[in-house]
Amino acid sequence: MIMRNTMLASITAMMAAAPALAQTEVEFWHAFTGRLGELLAEQVETFNAAQSDYVVTASHKGNYSETLNAGIAAFRAGQQPDILMVFEVGTATMMSAKGAIKPVYEVMADAGADFDPDAFIGSVNGYYTTSDNQMLSLPYNASTPVLWVNRDMLAAADIDPDVDLSTWEQVGDVLDTLKASGNDCPLVTAWQSWIHLENLSAYHNVPFATKANGFDGLETELSFNGEVQAKHIQTMGDWAKDGKFIYTGRRNESGANFRSGACALFTESSAGYAGIKDEATFEFDVRPLPYWSGVDGAPQNTIIGGASLWVMEGQTDEEYKGVADFLNFLSSPEIQAKWHQDTGYLPITNAAADLTREQGFYDENVGTDIAVIQMTANAPTENSKGLRLGSFDQIRGIIDEELEAVWAGDKDAQAALDSAKTRGDELLRRFEQANR
Amino acid sequence: MEKRVTFKGIWLPLLLVLPQLVVTAVFFFYPAGQAVYQSLFIPDPFGLSMKWVGLGNFEYLLGNSYYRASFVTTAVFSTLVTVVSMGVALYLAVLADRLIKGSGVYRTLLIWPYAVAPAVAGVLWLFMFNTRVGVVTWYLGVLGYDWNHVLNGEEAMGLVVVASAWGRISYNFLFFLAALQAIPRSVVEAAAIDGARFWTRFRTIVWPLLSPTTFFLLVVNIVYAFFETFGVIHTITGGGPQQSTTILVYKVFSDGFVAQDLGSSAAQSVILLVIVGALTIVQFKFIERRVHY
Repeated sequence: MIMRNTMLASITAMMAAAPALAQTEVEFWHAFTGRLGELLAEQVETFNAAQSDYVVTASHKGNYSETLNAGIAAFRAGQQPDILMVFEVGTATMMSAKGAIKPVYEVMADAGADFDPDAFIGSVNGYYTTSDNQMLSLPYNASTPVLWVNRDMLAAADIDPDVDLSTWEQVGDVLDTLKASGNDCPLVTAWQSWIHLENLSAYHNVPFATKANGFDGLETELSFNGEVQAKHIQTMGDWAKDGKFIYTGRRNESGANFRSGACALFTESSAGYAGIKDEATFEFDVRPLPYWSGVDGAPQNTIIGGASLWVMEGQTDEEYKGVADFLNFLSSPEIQAKWHQDTGYLPITNAAADLTREQGFYDENVGTDIAVIQMTANAPTENSKGLRLGSFDQIRGIIDEELEAVWAGDKDAQAALDSAKTRGDELLRRFEQANR
Repeated sequence: MEKRVTFKGIWLPLLLVLPQLVVTAVFFFYPAGQAVYQSLFIPDPFGLSMKWVGLGNFEYLLGNSYYRASFVTTAVFSTLVTVVSMGVALYLAVLADRLIKGSGVYRTLLIWPYAVAPAVAGVLWLFMFNTRVGVVTWYLGVLGYDWNHVLNGEEAMGLVVVASAWGRISYNFLFFLAALQAIPRSVVEAAAIDGARFWTRFRTIVWPLLSPTTFFLLVVNIVYAFFETFGVIHTITGGGPQQSTTILVYKVFSDGFVAQDLGSSAAQSVILLVIVGALTIVQFKFIERRVHY
């Protein structure tokens, strides 16, 4: 029965594709709606109009988790798309799925496409490459955390809006002043684990997990319960107790608070730019993510969040040629520069960053290059290349739970991080067992 | 005279019950069997390999103190959802039963929430109780109460209970109202003439006569609270703060469909199946004895 349906489906598909006789269809499943969805559709249309050998069909499959699930279910049924968008926490899952994915470097080599891995920005692309620098998936939308500032609110508390906020010590002083002036929402954050633990570790060049944050093997163990992390989380916990840091939830619920002008400082992805620019009725600016001044090697570089494009196994050579063409098109400087300027996501190649600078975008939109600078100031170390941990979505859930215990004052930072490490390591062992 | 149809032979009756048997087999026995089978493995998400672990998944789960804690959370949650949704529904049904004018409108309005999908209901309640912009939060603030379900576990539990019970009230209301209207007026009136006041009449006549409906609703609501509430939890709290609203079925959903840990997810659904099965047996063995048909 299933066999017959599959056959029927493929016959129908063949018939549907028949009018476009010579064109090979490349299927692309993604997770974008709204403005991002429109911009994605525009890229696909541009590609389709620019050549006649291939036609890319983009389909929206729900949010990140749903898209990944759709891809997995389709693979099990032998109906997988050519290209699947997967968020960064799914990287280890995809990587371990040998036989389900075809690494990008292989796709490029097989297709004989022009492909220079050195054209990409190391700290963006590093998340998705092997330890020996071979690209597994193509970064699509990558962002990094920065500090957003409501200048009007600082001024209202008699603080110079241009005050230096490079370090957490300086941020602490500003929070004291804000609180003393009666401000009831001095600091909020989005994505607490990503910003205040994962990026904090990379930015201070301390390991989040052993084995080069998991890049060197599945036997990795979490190590984010170190001194730097415990100090930071304890400080945040103290701020929470004093009403200087307001916790709003595990995701980016706080974005609404900041954009409506209710909060003064906001740690959030650089990709928050489009929304803040759109809605904010106050003066805002963007600063680099703060660091602790006493830590050696800080600031290193921050790491990315977002999604990358994975090529699925089991397609024809002709389709892989189309995939290679399309991925090359996406990483071309013009397309990348436009994407970067429209969305606030990072450019993935140096050429795109240079082009954006030449076009004068950074001069007109002050602060939009902060994220790029923060990512590229230093060559990434093994602590700041990225994270490659199995079951990472669940581990983030555990971290969320333990951090909530700190914000609520139920645990001190060290105890919470120790417990998160122990619980997370259990999941890593399970993942190792499943993928050995 | 007894109404009983007798068939000759076995084939015709078998043919007649076949559709039901097929439905049960396809939609219950097959998936349940698959779950039991999968719970003995650690499969990778793409189905490329299956590692046999025997009872390893169960050992892993039951050895985990956080998983064991979610049994208690589930018990609290299910009890509250059942009591709240049935209690409120019964109260409203009693009121609606006494209503003479406009009861149609009243009934129609009460049934509406049942049409709202759990996830949508979750979002609705979440907006009202949003810690910074929620309407209810604002009014509570005026009254001097600082609502913060993102950090306060008890408030979070209260919110998911209300959101889960809300849609259920409609369903329970319908059944209670029908049952109330099926009670012969003459019995109640006779008691009234004998001088029994409303509360006495309710306790000694109405409540016992409602018991078959109450029992049915009890079973159905517990099953609902155990199995169908993950949408509400997912949209409102995601199981937090800390683990205060992580109920068993939410963990099945998030481990399986968000985290792709299919072995653990399958083992959890087997555990859940056993619990609900046991609970239903207990209900039929002990509570049903007190039901008057």
